[in-house]
Amino acid sequence: MNKHLIRELSKLLDTSAVLHRPEDLLLYEYDGSVEKGRPDAVVFPSTTEDVSRIVQIAAKYNVPIVGRGAGTGLSGGALARSGGVMIAFARMNRILELDLEHQRAVVQPGVVNSDITHAVEHAGLHFAPDPSSQKSCTIGGNVAENAGGPHTLAYGVTTNHVTALQLVLPDGEVVRVGTKHGGLLGYDLTGLFVGSEGTLALVTEITVKLSKKPEAVKTLLAVFDAVDDASETVVDITARAITPAACEMVDGWTLCAIEDYVHAGFPRDSDAILLIELEGLTEAVTPQTAAVEDICRAHHAREVRVARDNHERDLLWKGRKNAFGALGRLAPANYVLDGVIPRSKLPQALRRIQEIGQRAGFQIGNIFHAGDGNLHPIVLYDPRDTTQFERAIQASTEIIRYCVEIGGALTGEHGVGMEKNELMPLLFSDADFDLMRRVHDAFNPQAALNPGKIFPLSKGCGEIRVKPASATSAGHPA
Amino acid sequence: MTASTASLAARLESVISASHVTADPRVCEKYSIDNLLPSAVVHPASAEEVVEIVRFAISEKLALVPCGARSKLGIGMPPSRYHIALDMSGLRQIAHYDSGDLTLSVDAGMPLAELAEILARKNQFLPLAVPFLEEATVGGTIASGVESSLQCAYGSARDFLIGAEFVNGSGALTKSGGRVVKNVSGYDLHKLLIGSLGTLAAITRLNFRTFPSPPGYGHAVTTFSSFEAAINFQSLIVKSPLKPSSLEILDPAMAQRISSVKKSSAAPPFAAAAPSSAAWFVKDRWHVSVTFEGNDAVLRRYERDLTRWASESRAASSRFLDPAEDELLGWSLREVLQLLQFATPGATIFKLSLLPALDADTRRFRTIAEQCAIPSALLYRDSGALYFALLPETDEVGDLTQLARAARAIFDFASSKRGHASIITCPISLKRNVNVWGPPRSDSGLMGRVKQAFDPQNIFAPGRFVAGI
Repeated sequence: MNKHLIRELSKLLDTSAVLHRPEDLLLYEYDGSVEKGRPDAVVFPSTTEDVSRIVQIAAKYNVPIVGRGAGTGLSGGALARSGGVMIAFARMNRILELDLEHQRAVVQPGVVNSDITHAVEHAGLHFAPDPSSQKSCTIGGNVAENAGGPHTLAYGVTTNHVTALQLVLPDGEVVRVGTKHGGLLGYDLTGLFVGSEGTLALVTEITVKLSKKPEAVKTLLAVFDAVDDASETVVDITARAITPAACEMVDGWTLCAIEDYVHAGFPRDSDAILLIELEGLTEAVTPQTAAVEDICRAHHAREVRVARDNHERDLLWKGRKNAFGALGRLAPANYVLDGVIPRSKLPQALRRIQEIGQRAGFQIGNIFHAGDGNLHPIVLYDPRDTTQFERAIQASTEIIRYCVEIGGALTGEHGVGMEKNELMPLLFSDADFDLMRRVHDAFNPQAALNPGKIFPLSKGCGEIRVKPASATSAGHPA
Repeated sequence: MTASTASLAARLESVISASHVTADPRVCEKYSIDNLLPSAVVHPASAEEVVEIVRFAISEKLALVPCGARSKLGIGMPPSRYHIALDMSGLRQIAHYDSGDLTLSVDAGMPLAELAEILARKNQFLPLAVPFLEEATVGGTIASGVESSLQCAYGSARDFLIGAEFVNGSGALTKSGGRVVKNVSGYDLHKLLIGSLGTLAAITRLNFRTFPSPPGYGHAVTTFSSFEAAINFQSLIVKSPLKPSSLEILDPAMAQRISSVKKSSAAPPFAAAAPSSAAWFVKDRWHVSVTFEGNDAVLRRYERDLTRWASESRAASSRFLDPAEDELLGWSLREVLQLLQFATPGATIFKLSLLPALDADTRRFRTIAEQCAIPSALLYRDSGALYFALLPETDEVGDLTQLARAARAIFDFASSKRGHASIITCPISLKRNVNVWGPPRSDSGLMGRVKQAFDPQNIFAPGRFVAGI
């Protein structure tokens, strides 16, 4: 990297806030996905003004920029696909304002998701979107990806809890969209920027809605001897107009792996379990719990357990949220998909995934948000075995194609990033890409921000900025 | 019919079916926006025809305004150019309804009332309890940005619109989002269509998540002799675990007007009844209307808690409405904009988005109304907007000057609270002196970029929108 650029960045921030030696950059080559990409420098701004100046300096040297929170993302969104300056928001981690009366908080992008809840739980409030990585992921990253989580079934995803943003555009201009209250005047610019994966602007301040904690919570674990029974149960619950706060499915094989690691009390000999959470007024939750129990048993659940206290409940959720980590004991790497399907097609989708896995010679685990049709098939593989990895990618692509075929989507919450961008034509036409590209170019005309993400390289922008496929194509290890 | 409009109609007829085009001035009159008439009205029957019309407009550099039932064309500024009214009501099919997945894909011209009936057969509904519900189309409702009275429990359109198809200003049929409730594939362009007033594209189809119909409903009206006491009551509810479907606060003047409405079978369906004909109405009081949903045990819980808090906040009266009363009041609150316009043709209604420190704010509104000597009424929707209506008895020029002065005061006030205000309805003549969208905003440039990306030739409803768009 141009040493003048490094010098200018070091003058702007202190030297501890600028990394450029290869050994320091290694950590920033990865995120939670199977992708890789190395930045040429990583900088740690403390203020919005810093971010604006960094962006202007990078523009002067014609160097791309990528924003990064905690690097827990699953689609390569926080990876530098074509080098450049990585802006890591770790030092912009303050809660700037808490307005408990109006249920709003203003936070910097580096604030950890669960820390928002910790700051307000004394007032009976919480921040509803709860990605499984919430103890480490940052709100800035959540905004970039429009992150979900198990409780988004009843409460919505990140965009439903953001009312205003402060942003830095690639020319350094600082802008604000939305208002604290959240009422709309003009175009929903907040709604455009949330989920734009760092390709339109860098987010430097976020106004979030806080939600009241529910009065009553009941967590049920239902154990099934057949995956079909579990998925039919989900369909039935949805059809009977019960909206659980969360409805997660884990298949038997994955469950064993988790139980060995977490000891949450999961059975080791089932085909699938459902972890269902009902929240609300006691008068609503009590009959709903009984109704859900009935529905589970009607679909041959061999056991339905209601968590007796917070400790039991927490343990069950710990099992669910640490699942991916637990799989690390079984194989060196895993590839997690994020396809979405209509809930009415859940049973057939799971059968098809199993069939695809069998043909490719893989055991495909499933831990996912059954309640909103957001699947997370997990393919375990050894990255040192390239043919195995290639078969894993092929099987995954087949699964995603199938999801789209039956009316679903490519990605429910992990984002497109650099992992699924080549699959975007499954959903979008050339005319669709034209429009998205024009919107992109309206804010990021030189493709300086996060090039090579979202758009297929042939239909997007900034192709000239992205290095050829060898080291960084979808999932292929360098 | 002039020679140029006759030939416009003829040129349109070469592009789409002749039976879908008219330049008849009596028809064009019905499509007027702020007294401006289009030269032709087109009535496409399919998305493909919409594409042809839009491409035609691009090639001829004409201005198009998409519309549905035309119930809310008065929102916004007058168009700077208006050649073709693009009536979308011919596109009215259900494209896809998966009741098991609680998702729906429907053509933009589908009437909301008809859609509600279709969903009701599966015990589901869309929480669009909006003004003009009985005439409006789903596309027009979304494009107009009017508010639902159910936001407390269900959020606004951006929380349940999951995708859309539309013909953009390059003449291409494009889409955003999809048909599933969780989706982050690509930009959320469909959210930009909400409230866009037809300035970005002609919406052909909208995808929503639907909701199960609740087993039962309740409605309480509690009155207070002071605004402070009403707020006290509201905050007890807001801080509790209860989640009402609506919570609305009416000042005495608003309560008076709403109570004196009777529903008729004529159109518009308002007939003034004798004042104070509603059993829940108490003269000179602040009224808090709370609606709630759930099973029997839940409804009893609301009744117990609301009764207790009414007493703790020293309510002057508290009443749980019977089904007939609930229906009429629910309808009146939903249709409040129409109701006020009907009673007072010169009504100027402000829609404010701010986090109120409610007592101080209502005093400010009262002051503004007194300073311009115009009767006023106020409605505050929790989780929604605050509506402040100036209801002049006449619409002479004197009143227009006062209205303009009041408008400036309201816009200033909204800015000072870091919120915003717009005028949702007013005499057309007021728009000559007042921009209904308020003063220039810091995000105007960003809005301009969005417009440019969607509609580079500026053919869609030019001049109606924020920032002169």
